[in-house]
Amino acid sequence: MAPPLLSLSGISKRFDNGTQAIARLDLDVAEGEFLSLVGPSGCGKSTALRIVAGLLTPDAGTVTFPGERPELGFVFQEPTLMPWATALGNVRLPLDLKGVRKAEAEARAARALARVGLAGFEKSYPRELSGGMKMRVSIARAMAAEPKLLLMDEPFAALDELTRQALNDDLLSLWAEDRLTVIFVTHSVYESTYLSSRVVVMRPRPGRVAADLTLTPPAVRDESYRLTPQFTAEAARVSAALKEAMA
Amino acid sequence: MKSNWPRYVVPVVVFAAALLLWEWRVHALGISPLILATPSDIWTALIAHWDVLQPALLFTLKITAEAFVLASVAGVALAVLFSQSRIVEYALYPFAVVLQVTPVVAIAPLLLIWIGYDNVNEVLVVLAWIIAFFTVLSNALTGLKSADHNLIDLLKLYGASRWQILWRVQLPSALPFILTGMKISGGLALIGAVTAEFVAGSGNDLGLGWVITLSTRNLDTAQAFAALALLSILGIAILFALTVVEWALLHRWHESAVKREG
Repeated sequence: MAPPLLSLSGISKRFDNGTQAIARLDLDVAEGEFLSLVGPSGCGKSTALRIVAGLLTPDAGTVTFPGERPELGFVFQEPTLMPWATALGNVRLPLDLKGVRKAEAEARAARALARVGLAGFEKSYPRELSGGMKMRVSIARAMAAEPKLLLMDEPFAALDELTRQALNDDLLSLWAEDRLTVIFVTHSVYESTYLSSRVVVMRPRPGRVAADLTLTPPAVRDESYRLTPQFTAEAARVSAALKEAMA
Repeated sequence: MKSNWPRYVVPVVVFAAALLLWEWRVHALGISPLILATPSDIWTALIAHWDVLQPALLFTLKITAEAFVLASVAGVALAVLFSQSRIVEYALYPFAVVLQVTPVVAIAPLLLIWIGYDNVNEVLVVLAWIIAFFTVLSNALTGLKSADHNLIDLLKLYGASRWQILWRVQLPSALPFILTGMKISGGLALIGAVTAEFVAGSGNDLGLGWVITLSTRNLDTAQAFAALALLSILGIAILFALTVVEWALLHRWHESAVKREG
């Protein structure tokens, strides 16, 4: 069996205000997986994601990448754009920080914008874009650096249902085309069921794994998949595991 | 498109009406010109004493501009320093507060002794700077600390240095705050320059503050009002210039400067 891309072992995290966010979290993530972390508010999903990204240091436990540490991308719940920069300027940010030459950075950023359906909006400022478009810019920015591991913290939570579904499909395309590994934090049973090849359900605070479900969605899926008995059955499994975790 | 003319015409009409009312009431009530000059007297004094008022205006402008530039540079530089080091902030911020709350009238005699009576111009700049700089420091520091923490985390994720985080996120985030601070500071620098002249004199040069002092001593109320009018115009010009700079830097992206429909 191939070693995992990433291993969390015995991770615990207590914040300065005394809140124990995570206690002894163990999790292996295989290369190419689309893994959703599901759980109630405050169960430590986002904390776990930040620990994986290296933005938080755990009090105990280790995060290991058995191979080379993959290039990371991070998408926050809010688009987190620089309002003073154009869409292209925002997407260029990781490339500029990595010292990519200006012409190449601009070309790569423009390609990333085109991939999320925003060709022609390069010169638009964030305030001129809708919520869904801003989130697309945020995803394009994460993709521009050509990550191998994409971390997403409830990125579509604030969007309307139709925009959310469209972005779900775009994300699946990016995942398949770039052979990404994705860790996706969400509250939504249906979103996790639609997107994921694996759903990890977390217990309420302090967070730890309550259930680890492998799903078998069709490799290529669209809107019609949401209406199939298989989708309903998979969603029911995730929902039951979540209810049990919260009980 | 909605017409914008009332925005410009209404204040001009109201101002002109106020001047006419002022002129009429002074004449009608027979108020002595030693107590209150009429707008026409002030205009006459402005023309007649332009040879005194013009260099005084330039002198006050020079002191104001120097104090303002120093206040802006020192305010932003200290704010950047404080934002990078809590220890430095804890160590030095109280001194900035002390400087802010101590009345310049009380500091002026000491500065005259320390800097020297031969260097009154420098004393004026320092006094005006003391009045003007804290607002830039305070606003800039708030702005630097208000930068989106997720954005800063994102830059850290991509390996950005402290300098890159400051340059790419913190300073642009703080820009609206800094510009607001500078707009207030511009007016305060002018107030500081005039107040400094009142308390420290103006050496070999004559600023508008001293013109007002001398005019009132000589009972030349019209000239005092003419100097006062020039101070008001200077203050408005400073505010207007800084508002234009603010618009130029923010109108594409910041809510405070964005023009809206409807």
